[in-house]
Amino acid sequence: MSGREQILGDLRAALTQSNDGARRAAVAKRLMTKARHVIPARGKDAGPAATDRFQAEAERVQATVARVASLDDLPGAVADYLAAQNMPAAVRMTPDPRLRAAPWDTTAITIAEGPAQGEDTAGVSHAFGAVAETGSLVFLSGPESPTTVNFLPPVHIAVLRASDISGCFEDIWSRLRADRQNAEGAGRFMPRTVNWITGPSRTADIELVLFLGIHGPKHLHIVIVDDGDDGGQTG
Amino acid sequence: METQTRRFKQNAREAMADGQLAQALTRLGEGFPLRRAEAIDRLPEFDQLRDAAKAIKDHTLAHLDLYLEQYESKVKEAGGHVHWCRTGQDAREKILEICRTVGAKTVTKSKSMIGEEIAINDFLEENGVAPIETDLGEYIIQLRKEPPSHIIAPAVHLNKGQVEDTFRKAHTNLDPARNLDDPKSLLEEARVELREKFLHADVGLTGANFLIAETGTNVLVTNEGNADLTYSLPRVHIVIASLEKVIPTLEDTATVLRVLARSGTGQDITVYTTFCTGPKRPDDLDGPDEYHVILLDNGRTELVGTEFQEMLRCIRCGSCLNHCPVYHAIGGHAYGWVYSGPMGAVLIPGLIGIHEAGDLPNASTLCGKCETVCPMRIPLPKMLRAWRERQYQRKGNSAAGRWSLQLWAALAKRPKLYRAVTGPLMTALAIFGRKRGRFKWLPLAGGWTGPRDLPAPQGDSFIAQYHKGPVGAVVRSKGQ
Repeated sequence: MSGREQILGDLRAALTQSNDGARRAAVAKRLMTKARHVIPARGKDAGPAATDRFQAEAERVQATVARVASLDDLPGAVADYLAAQNMPAAVRMTPDPRLRAAPWDTTAITIAEGPAQGEDTAGVSHAFGAVAETGSLVFLSGPESPTTVNFLPPVHIAVLRASDISGCFEDIWSRLRADRQNAEGAGRFMPRTVNWITGPSRTADIELVLFLGIHGPKHLHIVIVDDGDDGGQTG
Repeated sequence: METQTRRFKQNAREAMADGQLAQALTRLGEGFPLRRAEAIDRLPEFDQLRDAAKAIKDHTLAHLDLYLEQYESKVKEAGGHVHWCRTGQDAREKILEICRTVGAKTVTKSKSMIGEEIAINDFLEENGVAPIETDLGEYIIQLRKEPPSHIIAPAVHLNKGQVEDTFRKAHTNLDPARNLDDPKSLLEEARVELREKFLHADVGLTGANFLIAETGTNVLVTNEGNADLTYSLPRVHIVIASLEKVIPTLEDTATVLRVLARSGTGQDITVYTTFCTGPKRPDDLDGPDEYHVILLDNGRTELVGTEFQEMLRCIRCGSCLNHCPVYHAIGGHAYGWVYSGPMGAVLIPGLIGIHEAGDLPNASTLCGKCETVCPMRIPLPKMLRAWRERQYQRKGNSAAGRWSLQLWAALAKRPKLYRAVTGPLMTALAIFGRKRGRFKWLPLAGGWTGPRDLPAPQGDSFIAQYHKGPVGAVVRSKGQ
């Protein structure tokens, strides 16, 4: 007998005193309804309030935040940040069409596209969304958004549209299901990786003292693009 | 790791004599509970969320077979593989087989308690594959060949000087005269050492905090970013997870995540919360070509349907360790296996047998703090008592222990006899203790009076006062 049959057999023997049909129906219903549970009050913001809360929460966990009026201002904001950090004017950028469309030639920044390499000093990627409740950014993996850019370079610059900021985690799931319905085949919407990122990398493994920047980025800089749509994402 | 649970009493004595360990445990006992309290102050809905989280897990456990089948089918749809492993040995062999198929020489690893449970590092090493722990704490204890002493802070028993010594011994390629006084320099050294390993590993091995049935996803909750470099850079991603990690939906996961980090480190959420589903897609620019899930039982199905089923709600936040007076006194190593604290004292006998771990459920004052702080509302003291009962039933206690318990039971069940015996005893104690008010030593009670004094009885017993009738306040009303 295989491990699978043994394990499932033992579980059924322990659990199936009641009607098996009813158990199956309960499971099917739960998976179908995808019910939300308690949503904290701080996760119920929308529009400008959500953007403000997102910024406050992200700064609370040592991210830095800049706001620009449009994507046209993005290259300048990135250049200013790198200069202020005394870093080379070079970035690894995900091949996201929104990032590509920005006027990078107005700056002296050298751009390399594709997945991150060990020697990259800064990564630039575009977030799918963000969660105001905790100041978390949300990234999806894909042909235009390699995951390693978010993790390997010591500086991560994340670009986020204000209109993509949700109140709570559940709003992100609803949006993911709606935006990517069947994106991965019938009924499948999850990309290989979804990353929630809340502040720069940290550890307290030595004497419980908190230090920033162990394996992931030492700095997380978020550029919020005020794209005029302050409707926000509500569930 | 070979279990040392039978050496518990000796381990505990040695731990309590270790002054450096006591300092480390004081840091832990002061730090984590304070940060948890601050995080909860910022979330008025915390207790409602705990109730919701408990209900989610209870529902899942009652339908565990069905959710596991659903989870497996979704992993397969996404192009991944699920390997059902009954025992630690099954899991070790399957992991080695996958490593061999791709000719792996090195495996990077992010922290996994299941990896510790099945001692995967020793096994891979014996078979010519080099495992590299990448979580800073795990990296330190791997270099020292020690087990973790805390489920979320594996090197919490060490101080900075010990870490420095460990690095100097291990990193012999570096200048022996380098300055490592600043803890930041230790971090930087680990970062540089491990960076090369991340880039060249053939296989990345991670644990899982949750397995989502709806989507076939594994969830990773970390702070350092090592897990994300572990699964995104090598060609193969292997997830090792025990089967009770399954949870129905993405919404259910969001609810449990809200109580997890707050209970453990006192963060609202950890820096990185990652959801992996299958291998990289055809057009993806990075990510693993293969995705395997090792689904481990290792004794858990035997807990389903028993009085210990509720233990399977545990999400390994570490809160019960952080608040436990016994853990604060002896640390994690004394428990003799990879788990420790109240959750360890309940889970370890469940996984390896009460005959191996009989001392653990007895090493508790039953103060109840663990249950008070458990985000999943696991009745840990009730289960500690249940293990004690089982141990008594199978005659696992010492002859003296059984004899005194029987004597106690005989007295406690006969109130008149109890008062006849204890009354004069208390009177005698009151008389002898009148002068000092306490006893430094008593016959047959050396275990109690060794580390502390016994207060002398003051005045009458409760029952005697009760029979005298109300003084000031009405304690009993008759015939109204």
